[in-house]
Amino acid sequence: MSRIENAFINGKAFIGFLTAGDPSIQKTEEFILEMARGGADLIEIGIPFSDPVAEGSVIQEANLRALSSSTTPHRVFELVASLRQKTDVPLVFLTYVNPVYNYGYEKFFSRCQALGVDGIIMPDLPFDEKDEVRDTAERFGVDIISMIAPTSKERIQKIALDASGFIYIVSSMGVTGIRNEIVTDIGAIIKSVRAVSGIPAAVGFGIATPAQAKEIIKTGADGVIVGSAIVKIIEQYGDYAGRYLYDYVKSMKDAIN
Amino acid sequence: MKRGRYGNHGGQFVPETLMNEIIELEKSYEHYKKDTQFIDELNTLLACYAGRPSLLYFADRMSRDLGGAKIYLKREDLNHTGSHKINNVLGQVLLAKNLGKTRVIAETGAGQHGVATATAAALLDMECEIFMGEEDTKRQALNVYRMKLLGARVHAVTSGTRTLKDAVNEAMREWAGRVHDTHYVFGSVMGPHPFPMIVRDFQRVIGRETRSQILQAEGRLPDAIVACVGGGSNAMGIFYDFIEDKSVRLIGCEAAGRGIDTVENAATIATGRPGIFHGMKSYFCQDENGQIAPVYSISAGLDYPGIGPEHAYLHDMGRADYVAVTDDEAVEAFEYLARTEGIICAIESAHAVAHVMKLAPQMGRDKIIIICLSGRGDKDVAAIARYRGENINE
Repeated sequence: MSRIENAFINGKAFIGFLTAGDPSIQKTEEFILEMARGGADLIEIGIPFSDPVAEGSVIQEANLRALSSSTTPHRVFELVASLRQKTDVPLVFLTYVNPVYNYGYEKFFSRCQALGVDGIIMPDLPFDEKDEVRDTAERFGVDIISMIAPTSKERIQKIALDASGFIYIVSSMGVTGIRNEIVTDIGAIIKSVRAVSGIPAAVGFGIATPAQAKEIIKTGADGVIVGSAIVKIIEQYGDYAGRYLYDYVKSMKDAIN
Repeated sequence: MKRGRYGNHGGQFVPETLMNEIIELEKSYEHYKKDTQFIDELNTLLACYAGRPSLLYFADRMSRDLGGAKIYLKREDLNHTGSHKINNVLGQVLLAKNLGKTRVIAETGAGQHGVATATAAALLDMECEIFMGEEDTKRQALNVYRMKLLGARVHAVTSGTRTLKDAVNEAMREWAGRVHDTHYVFGSVMGPHPFPMIVRDFQRVIGRETRSQILQAEGRLPDAIVACVGGGSNAMGIFYDFIEDKSVRLIGCEAAGRGIDTVENAATIATGRPGIFHGMKSYFCQDENGQIAPVYSISAGLDYPGIGPEHAYLHDMGRADYVAVTDDEAVEAFEYLARTEGIICAIESAHAVAHVMKLAPQMGRDKIIIICLSGRGDKDVAAIARYRGENINE
């Protein structure tokens, strides 16, 4: 059983995102361990990119902070190596295609396998371009996490049939960021996925509060994904964000179970 | 070749949210490009509104002064709004209207594409919002006001390097948030498929006219065609109908800024590497970790870290040559063309003129070079004055 499947065996899953190197690689390691201790079932580690086109302002700023603290893919791999001495929590990368392409697919995915990164999310790699990395990622046992958007319509089942790890359902139009209201009929998307696949489906974009997370779970989702709300805590408390992250993750995990 | 690919380049590297939108766009475009009513309407706009065909002008004084090949200028600077950008925006905004969209958005660097989009939106009664890097809104304040006069809202983009690439990022983010009524008018032969194809097709009119004009004037094809390249739309437009004519050299001029041996340049082919960004695989200026580089050129219109995928392909195939031209050379060419031919061209186009000043003397008097003079230079006069140490009020 892959580690990603483990993320969905402790009731509804809480998936947390942070950007590696914000504010420093050392702090990122501590924050990830705190989030895991708070009950996070899977952690998405952002490898910073200069031009994150799918991100709202909160995560854009985190990318800039991470780049200014000299965070490189190489240093993020070192972070994972160190983390894997201490935790088995499932880890996936979130980054854009260019840093991975530039690193070299073969080298990148073989390092993922060697160090224990279970999957990768690339918001600018849609289903139609998955062939770009498919064979290499499969060879090294790294799941390419597919996204489904409110506009996906007849693409939903095509994407679901081909998905591995879990499916990332994008709750809203636009970019990442905290929202007051989520208007997409997520239940309908999940139903459409379920008709063709038993793969776990988690929902992200715009979710910040325990109440919102509960609502999302009611639609039938297997988990919720939170990015901007976590990054905001890091932005606010900087080096001292650890215990706030623990409290926040715990409150979210409790709310959905 | 795979759909939307140019050799290894091109593709559709965009968030899932935009996928159905660009798939639909391609389908509609394939329909309307064969629709006689659409074609007639666009041709009427190009002829009666934009002022096409543009002149192919024999630059006699310049040719004699340089003492080599005969030089012709394809006068895109004489189009309405002062550059080739109008060809593409009339096509795309008309297409958007046919798709039932009520709002268009666009990125702009120097402001030429923003002004052209705002113009087409005014004419065709569409809402219009333009994204422009905050740095560029300062460098090109006059164009910002022009867009406002034309009824557009201008957003000063404060993310990243606050220039053209960040304006593209912000326009893509805006589009992903609102696809149902909004069309993103890409300004160059870049971005995800089908944009490189659509923009090239709407700019092909430059090359098509050039071909018949030079055949009429000289009874033969030219020996070289030279155009400036940022994303590369004017170059792709004039090159395309000559690609099969192997005797015609195609030369794209990139912005070398302060030199390709410095970091302050925007010469993608000379200093970039393969990458995947802004929806496409192509060449990009980037650092050793794949972070997109902050680029520099005196010309805001060439100040872009990538190049259209079809240019990347023409480069790989060896069908087109790409050369780098510095700020200094471009400014000298800007002044030279004004003095010799009485034409103040855009600083972008001056990059092509600068290369021809080197190339023409090496070619015989029986040879023919055509320069795509992509835009007029009114917008650049104050910046050139500053470059020469003179401060004038715009």
